[in-house]
Amino acid sequence: MSLTSQVLHLARRSVIRTIRQPANWITPLIFPLALMAVNTGGLDAATSLPGFPTDSYLSFFLAFPFIQGALFATVNAGVDLARDIQTGFLNRLALTPMRTAALLVGHLGGVIAMGFLQAAWYLAVGLAIGVRLESGFLGGLVIFLLAVLIVLAFGSFGALAALRTGSTESVHSLFPVFFVFLFISSMNLPRNLIETEWFRIAASLNPVSYLIEAIRSLVIEGWNGQALALGFGVCIALAIVGLTLSTLALPGRMART
Amino acid sequence: MRPVFSVATAVGWRMLHNNFTTPSLLIPGIAFPMFFFVAFAGGLSRVNDIPGFQFPVGYTAFQFVFVLLQSAAFAGVFTGFGIVRDFETGFARRLMVAAPDRRGILLGYALGAIGRWALTAALLTVVAVLAGMEVGGNGVDILGLYTLAVLVNVCGLLWAAGIAMRLRTLQAAPLMQLPVFLALFFAPVFVPVELLANWLETIARVNPVTLLLEAGRSLIAGEPARILAAFGGVVGLAALFAVWAVRGLRRAEAAGG
Repeated sequence: MSLTSQVLHLARRSVIRTIRQPANWITPLIFPLALMAVNTGGLDAATSLPGFPTDSYLSFFLAFPFIQGALFATVNAGVDLARDIQTGFLNRLALTPMRTAALLVGHLGGVIAMGFLQAAWYLAVGLAIGVRLESGFLGGLVIFLLAVLIVLAFGSFGALAALRTGSTESVHSLFPVFFVFLFISSMNLPRNLIETEWFRIAASLNPVSYLIEAIRSLVIEGWNGQALALGFGVCIALAIVGLTLSTLALPGRMART
Repeated sequence: MRPVFSVATAVGWRMLHNNFTTPSLLIPGIAFPMFFFVAFAGGLSRVNDIPGFQFPVGYTAFQFVFVLLQSAAFAGVFTGFGIVRDFETGFARRLMVAAPDRRGILLGYALGAIGRWALTAALLTVVAVLAGMEVGGNGVDILGLYTLAVLVNVCGLLWAAGIAMRLRTLQAAPLMQLPVFLALFFAPVFVPVELLANWLETIARVNPVTLLLEAGRSLIAGEPARILAAFGGVVGLAALFAVWAVRGLRRAEAAGG
């Protein structure tokens, strides 16, 4: 069986498994939008702050569900991989001629498929409730691409956690850590309007701020080269680090099991 | 000691012992409110400058009241998870056989919930004061604020206990958590009710949590307003949920624990 065929089989398994666990796909589709509704309703008045970049808080906040959805997909996928380790599926797989790379790529394929579905859903809901993309149709495609890349980058860290710990509980416990990164970012206000100095510094050091700002720039500004370069740059760097570490962890896990 | 109290102290002590000696129970209960407080009060302090936003003791105190009440409600709900765990492990069955007055079980869980929250509230208060929170209210006002929070804690516990004793499975966790989450967030969390978006303002004005938040904020500001209504409302809710929880206890008894 070729590498491509192995990858496709494992990706298909990953997708089917996600579909069979409604909580794993319903939560990432609904919960981020519910939080978006609450935050936009609560912080709508923030648009009257001097220097706020748009008069629609909804447009400003649309980047949030993409990132939170990616976190959900990542943790769920990491938990699935950890379960494969706990149940011995990986042991049995290690006895087959399957290449180790196929496992990682196949697993991430499932995460990316979820990322596609989520990005389409968030964008569709956003447009349906009145958000207009300043960057136009092409900007929408770039948001799609970036959203999928974010899912890949985060997903590689979920896989890394699963491979290093082999424990569903440990992967679950990562969720609050990811959540901290999300909340200590520029998700609620632009960084230049964050008054508390330590928070502004933390948000500036936090890579998640740049992912949010890249998506946000396409929605409310149009084409902002700096925001996009930072967003894509951070995303690609995270993906490279996550994938490299996961690839290094994989043979050890296969050998140990 | 009357049987109901001897049962209550034993159950309450056990709940506290479990909570304070199990890091996976203790840490999230403390960390999440701290985190919300830091993220909201730190990241959104500029919201204080929104035209029409007038809160005499500053945004940190404004957010402190929300996080205090939120932590109280969720400490009650999380104690509900502990009740479910007792049913799933069979401990509740043995408890029911051993308890001469089973209402004491419910009272004990309530004592456990209050004790659990007390530590979180103390730490949250210390962090808020260190962060420079201004307090306009006198001792009586602040006592009133914490009493309000204790009553919210009891409401959260009784609501969750009613669900836990009826369904007796951890799969009921979202049913305990989600209504509380929605009630808390469809209220004036970030800004006063008159600055909310229209649709959220409409919901917030009929949401009883709004009354509790406004009363709590008026107490910390030292300008008490609608205190009787808030206390009347929360005592009424507690009485309603007490009936709900006792009926749940009877259902659990009928089902054999």
